Amino acid sequence: MNIPYTVEERPDSGLANGKLGIWLFLASEVMLFGALFSTYIILRTGASEWPHGELNVWLGMANTFILIASSVTMVMAWASLKLNDWGKHRLYLIATFVLAGIFLVNKYFEYSSHWTRGELPSRSTFLAIYFTLTGLHGLHILGGMVVMAYFIGPGASLWKRNPDQFANRIEYTGLYWHFVDLVWIFLFPVLYLL
Amino acid sequence: MHSDPAAIKKSVRTYFMVGAALFAGTVITVSANQVHLAIPIAITVALIIAITKGSMVAAVFMHLSHEKKWIYGALVLTVIGFLVLMTVPMFTMMDSIGTPDAQAGAPHAETPRH
Repeated sequence: MNIPYTVEERPDSGLANGKLGIWLFLASEVMLFGALFSTYIILRTGASEWPHGELNVWLGMANTFILIASSVTMVMAWASLKLNDWGKHRLYLIATFVLAGIFLVNKYFEYSSHWTRGELPSRSTFLAIYFTLTGLHGLHILGGMVVMAYFIGPGASLWKRNPDQFANRIEYTGLYWHFVDLVWIFLFPVLYLL
Repeated sequence: MHSDPAAIKKSVRTYFMVGAALFAGTVITVSANQVHLAIPIAITVALIIAITKGSMVAAVFMHLSHEKKWIYGALVLTVIGFLVLMTVPMFTMMDSIGTPDAQAGAPHAETPRH
């Protein structure tokens, strides 16, 4: 028996199941990051002093550019499918995957430079919240890369069997990816600049 | 959300324009930071730019500018939950239980029994 409403819209909500599902998941993600941002505000307002200039602004800025570019390539991967252009879809999805990888490589260099200077989470409240927020965000990047790798690899065969369902799955992946970008848009000024 | 190819072709241009605007917004954020504004002004400027950039991502890339009402309903609940979370720090700052001032001002502060 087929799972209903994977492509067609439900008569009550006007949405396919996956669409509502991913938005409810993103709502829970807003709460998760919201709780951590709230914690950051409590820690910062309660601290007698807060460090400035401990992080490499240019590396953070480069990572912001990378994530913005990856959001554009991700939405283009979906748009290419809707325009029935499989070749461009592959190109854009692989570009998104590569950009995500570059983001993590940058993050690795940033983390290792902190660790070699002995700047561990245990050293200060700022470093503790910095590693918590960026570490959780990095795990989300990694999660997105796993999903993208699946659709670049074994999951791609669905396009031949059910192109509409495949396009929907890419759209849901894109919604998740844009959310990860959105979180970084707030993390960058909060941690690197203020 | 658009599904017909003609509308999507139109949107492609918008996607690239929004991408360029997001790049520009990032440059403005960092440039404003280099000016060394007073902290309250710096926070306000950085948050205004971040909210603008975030709104563009949500409206255009996530297609929230033309979504179904169920999605908007879920998001309204999310915004309410998020605002509650953001008020937690405020209540924490207002809370004076256990602070020396609160103990001194208490009318019938009990002395500890041994």
